Amino acid sequence: MVHWSAEEKQLIASVWGKVSVEECGAEALARLLIVYPWTQRFFDNFGNLSSPTAIIGNPKVRAHGKKVLTSFGEAIKNLDNLKVTYSKLSELHCDKLHVDPENFRLLGDILIIVLAAHFTKDFTPACQATWQKLVGVVAHALAHKYH
Amino acid sequence: MVLSPNDKTNVKGVFGKICGQAEEYGGEALEMFATYPQTKTYFPHFDLGKGSAQVKGHGKKVAAALVEAANNIDDIAGALSKLSDLHAQKLRVDPVNFKLLGQCFLVVVASHNPSLLTPEVHASLDKFLCAVGTVLTAKYR
Repeated sequence: MVHWSAEEKQLIASVWGKVSVEECGAEALARLLIVYPWTQRFFDNFGNLSSPTAIIGNPKVRAHGKKVLTSFGEAIKNLDNLKVTYSKLSELHCDKLHVDPENFRLLGDILIIVLAAHFTKDFTPACQATWQKLVGVVAHALAHKYH
Repeated sequence: MVLSPNDKTNVKGVFGKICGQAEEYGGEALEMFATYPQTKTYFPHFDLGKGSAQVKGHGKKVAAALVEAANNIDDIAGALSKLSDLHAQKLRVDPVNFKLLGQCFLVVVASHNPSLLTPEVHASLDKFLCAVGTVLTAKYR
């Protein structure tokens, strides 16, 4: 089980408390699709993903980004019980969605960059360290039921 | 991966705007040691405490290499050839670490210049950093 220090929990809570899940989620997903275009393979039914402008303005991307980050919020509420919390989601991503877990790591890295741009100088190295640990643990939990 | 003309313009644009602070950014990116403790194994001879002059100095070198690569973006392999030899023969830093440093550099740029790092520029800069990592590990075997 992953251990979280009091300082790490504080850094997670203080950042998360100021995040707009809708805006941040939309931006993170859009950037994933723009920076790593091969990730678009999972979103054939999303309509127009032909350019960065199209992706950023795409309502399905925004909605899905919000959904993904909302789920991330669940992880934050259940830091000590992540594998169980994400058990069904993990099965879904493996069995139904067929998503390579590498994509969870890519999205995690993108999320960190979005947070850094949002919080600027308040996104300290300690913040980055804690959040990289968090996204790593989330990615791991999401991959846990893969077979 | 190939850098398109747009990528090259975007990268040159970024480095043009941050050139004054590139050294500082290099130093901050090296605070990756906090995020990725395994990277400390390459610096047993350094004081890695906060504000370390050695880390700052090394960050300057790394930033200078990135600036050099950006200024010679049509021939990154040529521009970094000696550095590539150094990494292959002497330093032998595991290739995975270049990706980690790239991530940290992006985070530093994002935190200092959020408006500069549009999604398109982010994509180009990420590609550029990958290309630099590829060049530096090209002669490993």
